[in-house]
Amino acid sequence: MTGLPQAASASMVSIQIGGVSVGILSDNPAFLEMLERRYAGFLAAADRPDFQLEVRLHEPVEPAGADEDLRVTRVGESWLLERGDFHATWNSSAARGTVFQSNNPYAIDSVLRIVHTLILARRGGFLVHAASMIRNRFAFLLAGVSGAGKTTIARLAPADAKLLSDEISYVVRREAGQYWACGTPFAGELARIGENLTAPIKTLFLLEQGSKNRITPVASADAARLLLRNILFFAADPGMVKLVFQSACEFAEKVPVRRLCFVPDQRVWEMIG
Amino acid sequence: MGETYIARSTAIAARMIGGEMMIMSAVDSTFFTLNEVATLIWQSADGQTPLSEIVTKRICEDFDVTPEEAQRHAGQFVTELAQHGILLVSDQPFGSTTSSASPTP
Repeated sequence: MTGLPQAASASMVSIQIGGVSVGILSDNPAFLEMLERRYAGFLAAADRPDFQLEVRLHEPVEPAGADEDLRVTRVGESWLLERGDFHATWNSSAARGTVFQSNNPYAIDSVLRIVHTLILARRGGFLVHAASMIRNRFAFLLAGVSGAGKTTIARLAPADAKLLSDEISYVVRREAGQYWACGTPFAGELARIGENLTAPIKTLFLLEQGSKNRITPVASADAARLLLRNILFFAADPGMVKLVFQSACEFAEKVPVRRLCFVPDQRVWEMIG
Repeated sequence: MGETYIARSTAIAARMIGGEMMIMSAVDSTFFTLNEVATLIWQSADGQTPLSEIVTKRICEDFDVTPEEAQRHAGQFVTELAQHGILLVSDQPFGSTTSSASPTP
């Protein structure tokens, strides 16, 4: 394990998503307090996180550069994560990395998403563009491209449904090949973070808005192909592409996938679960 | 005219799912779903069996198609997959010292 230099006054906030804790180390108390507010509900004991990110802050640079293309490339055993507003390294084997960014929540949020995709890929899971809810002890994934209705359908959910995410769903593969959905703090248009809950996935719905509510089955090959379109994956690396492909295929074989055409009103939830 | 030999690239991910062979290029993430005939060619692409033999001994025996028609379709399929680096094509069996493999014929 490579030891990173650690500032003597550095403190840590540990953020646990999908059972994976990432300790964020910084010597800036205001930055750590911002993280505690933003990720409230997903905080874990900071003594022994599974992974560790050391954040070094720099003065804001204008423009911030968050709109620049993201690049995730492998360099030996490590990954290089670069966007206009951050520069980060990540080494899964060493369970740690570094982030160089200004004091804002968006860069670290993006780095966390990328790091989790890299962790999940090796474990048969993935992050997917989907809203997810728990109802009657099971999780439902509602996937679609921007504008397909993820936020709409999450907003229409009945009171007994628990929101895991309205934007990015976290899918883990457990023993015996069961897939579970986990809550994430990665908020979409609802600007409401999910609840830190988990449940076995009963169905993945592929969303389409239409003139009437209708559910139709999707063959597993089509399901895998459509799922791949919605999986978040940033790394330009053949080995990781293979892992994500196999994960999508296995998910499509084990979890029922349905096409959900819906009218945007609450009656759609009578069909979901 | 010489023989054509085909081999599966290692820079791909492939899986049979729901009775369909799905292939994804690990280089550019191009995605293919193969039909039955294409799947048979893909599975037969061992780098040692000439394409003409795959056509006559596998495709023409399993499907109701003439050798000429099968050869034409097989050639088109091989060309398309080779352009995406999914199949490697050579005029010699793969592994022989004189083979010259190319992803684009």
